[in-house]
Amino acid sequence: MTAAGSTAIAAAGRPIAGSRRLSLSWVGLVPFFIYTGLFLFLPTLIIVVGSLTTKDGAFTTANFSGIAQSYLVKAFGASIVISAASAAVGAVGGALLAYAVATGNPRGVLRRTVTSASGVFAQFGGVTLAFAFIATVGYTGVVYLFLKDHGIDFYPKGVWLYDLPGLILIYTYFQIPLMLIVFLPALDGIRPQWREATESLGGGTWHYWRYVAGPLLAPSFLGCTLLLFANSFSAYATAAALITQGGVIVPLQIANLLTSETGRAAPGLAKALALAMIVVVLVVTTLYTLLQRRTSQWVR
Amino acid sequence: MTTGASAAGRGVEVRLEDLQRRYGAATALAGLTLTLAPGELVALLGPSGCGKTTALRLLAGLEEPDSGKVVVDGVDVTNVPANKRDIGMVFQAYSLFPHMTAIRNVEFGMQLHDVGSAERRKRAGDMLELVGLSAHAYKYAHQMSGGQQQRVALARALAIEPKVLLLDEPLSALDAKVRSRLRDEIRRVQLEVGTTTLFVTHDQEEALAIADRVGVMNAGRLEQLGPPTTIYSRPATPFVAEFVGLTNRLAGVVKDGEVDVRGARLPLVKPDTPNGPAIALVRPEAVSLVVDGDTVPSPLVGTVIATAFLGATSRITVDMGDGTVLAQMPTSEAGALTAGTRVKLALRKDPVLIARDESKPTEA
Amino acid sequence: MTRSRRFKLQLFRITIFIVLGAFFLVPIGAMLEFSTRGNAINAPRNLDAWKNIVQTPELVSAITASLELAVITCLAMLVLLLPTMVWVRLRFPQLNRAIEFICLIPLTVPAIALVVGMVPIYRWININLSDSILTLAFAYLILVLPYSYRALDAGLSAIDLKTLSEAARSLGARWGTVMLRVVVPNMSSAIVNASLISVALVLGEFTFANLLAYENLQVAINYVSLVDAGTSIAVAVAALLFAFALLMILSFVGRPPVPVAKAEDAEFRVSQTVGLSGGLIGRAGR
Repeated sequence: MTAAGSTAIAAAGRPIAGSRRLSLSWVGLVPFFIYTGLFLFLPTLIIVVGSLTTKDGAFTTANFSGIAQSYLVKAFGASIVISAASAAVGAVGGALLAYAVATGNPRGVLRRTVTSASGVFAQFGGVTLAFAFIATVGYTGVVYLFLKDHGIDFYPKGVWLYDLPGLILIYTYFQIPLMLIVFLPALDGIRPQWREATESLGGGTWHYWRYVAGPLLAPSFLGCTLLLFANSFSAYATAAALITQGGVIVPLQIANLLTSETGRAAPGLAKALALAMIVVVLVVTTLYTLLQRRTSQWVR
Repeated sequence: MTTGASAAGRGVEVRLEDLQRRYGAATALAGLTLTLAPGELVALLGPSGCGKTTALRLLAGLEEPDSGKVVVDGVDVTNVPANKRDIGMVFQAYSLFPHMTAIRNVEFGMQLHDVGSAERRKRAGDMLELVGLSAHAYKYAHQMSGGQQQRVALARALAIEPKVLLLDEPLSALDAKVRSRLRDEIRRVQLEVGTTTLFVTHDQEEALAIADRVGVMNAGRLEQLGPPTTIYSRPATPFVAEFVGLTNRLAGVVKDGEVDVRGARLPLVKPDTPNGPAIALVRPEAVSLVVDGDTVPSPLVGTVIATAFLGATSRITVDMGDGTVLAQMPTSEAGALTAGTRVKLALRKDPVLIARDESKPTEA
Repeated sequence: MTRSRRFKLQLFRITIFIVLGAFFLVPIGAMLEFSTRGNAINAPRNLDAWKNIVQTPELVSAITASLELAVITCLAMLVLLLPTMVWVRLRFPQLNRAIEFICLIPLTVPAIALVVGMVPIYRWININLSDSILTLAFAYLILVLPYSYRALDAGLSAIDLKTLSEAARSLGARWGTVMLRVVVPNMSSAIVNASLISVALVLGEFTFANLLAYENLQVAINYVSLVDAGTSIAVAVAALLFAFALLMILSFVGRPPVPVAKAEDAEFRVSQTVGLSGGLIGRAGR
């Protein structure tokens, strides 16, 4: 029985007639807990334990110190840079788009279309997205050829699409819609009366944003940016499709370790990397939740 | 609570001259002209869509009129943006900034007017005391009740010492009990500060209770403007008569400056009303009932259907055969009038208004 | 709002929609263009790449496998999650928080990290149970948990489960009947929501399949691209259009038929789900 289960037994205040009925009730929960236990907790356990043990089962922190190797540190650095950059661009772009949507008819066709389209584009990732960009701005891509015919060559020093700048560009393609989706509710919560109240008190646009809308939206904006960071940090498929060789970012490193011979020889390293990723995303997502809670206290 | 002119005498004159506003094909305001005397509280009363809120927003500068002028204290402010008009406004809901404490809310306007922080704090404290909320100075909006929020909003609006105070249905979102207490509060504060005030509402009881003058609006037009007593007892149009207070519609015939309602002859508000069939609008308190023990038949008889006990007065519904009539009288006189009693009606000789539309003859 | 401000606002909105609209639609157009290119430099456009989809057995089997996985995962999700959620609400309300927490865990665990822990488990499964690609359903169900939970939770909140089930039971219904004939019909839109989200997620999934060495739709697209770029892009466009159709259906179906006040709250949560789902759905597929 999981920890949650035993706590529940202890806390089950309401007396249920007959202990036999009580135990029968529990049966209803067993499938769920068995399943999540096997496919959610067990893998996590494997990761945690595996990252702290050697191949022979002894406790060690060598796997974590293994992360300090230069190529892995570089991958972490690249992951963070790409995540931060795409989060920043996505946050600003998405916020502007959200503002454009929020100031329109709340029941209008435009809003519904943009929101649905954002749902699609935010999930449009991985392989298909990489190919879309290759088809657009790759070396034989439509836009690149078009601009080249008109004198503009944006690959003067080689194709950067398959490197950091390329990843940042491509990631914004799903970051902006994600930002729209998670930030729009906060904008919807801004009441027109606050703008009008500011005006009646003698304030203009700048005052409104500086003292009212800005402070109200800042926690949510920050939180959503963090969410975008976590989202980008976790992304794997797009890079996998784009970058066929090399471990530019951490997910690619993990993939390498899982599929290569050298990787299989050091299973703990992959697990340590996985755990590191989990910790980073967990921290960021927790901050996001806290910030969102702050906002919803005011704006609902 | 209409004690006339203000005490502090801060108020200025406000003139709305022939304001017109259309939204697409719909006319919100079809030429509104209204002058508010210094320190006066004018209530704009009417159903939704009558244009009262539009008028307020045009005065505030939150909307622009298609034509017409807004003059505050002798200055034409029609083209002046809202934030330069020196107004104070209280909204129906979501008045306060949620991320600021009550006292910060009140200070905010002064901050925008570059008042120093020490002075700000002091004035804000005074304003909160004026509305009786000093103890809640450091609370946030979500920690206060609706009535408290509106009081803070009032304090905030007055803190900048505006030339005009605008109240957009400030009580509509509150509970009934809170409403009546708060409206007296608002009037008390308004009298004390003396600011010219425009109060918009759809609740006639509010309007009649606190305004110096009431403007009844319908479909973008001002139907009648006058003191509450006049609005109530001498309505100028059928709409006003039926919107404000209860009205009985009694079928009768107009002849030579009087209307004959089943034998009772009543004077007319407008003696030059042309002859012919008409609906007389009679207030319930103008109808008195006597238990019908008489053998002399009278055309104005009916049977009591129901009695509504309202405290000091009672309202009696009488079935006249072809419709019902409402009578209102002190409860002490209504004792014998139980359901099923046959009664005789007497109509007080107040001047009545005539309506000419084709609705059912006797209906309350 | 004053006229000048309204004008400036509209200008801003139009600019944003045009600029971002271009940014998002141009790559789609490029994909269409790319997938219909002729064979030589100035050869006329053709649908060869598209026709090739059905002629490539690898692609066909991958598409079939992904569709089967989508259906299996969706059914498994409904069979596992819905009864559990109903049961918890009725019998163990104090566990609500715990269940919610468990279901939302996959949101915070990156797929690329989780798969590291899945490798040994799948090694065992391949040896002892089956090495069919359909075993991926176990893992996909985990990925689908947060979104399905949110969608079903919104649906359950909108109906008075306790009263409905008690009424049914008092009339003599057994639990199976209660679930099938009382709960499910009242939550139809939430169930459709949860199902569509699951299907979309499974079809877009790449990480698990790739690193557990199965060939699903996305893996096949990736593989075929090394051989025939045009065809792989054609498949990608088809998959994208399919996902778009699914989510459009979602946005119209996801409206629970309940009284206004509750509907607003439920609709808010459903839209949050759609939003969150749309947002994070391809984590495994990104």
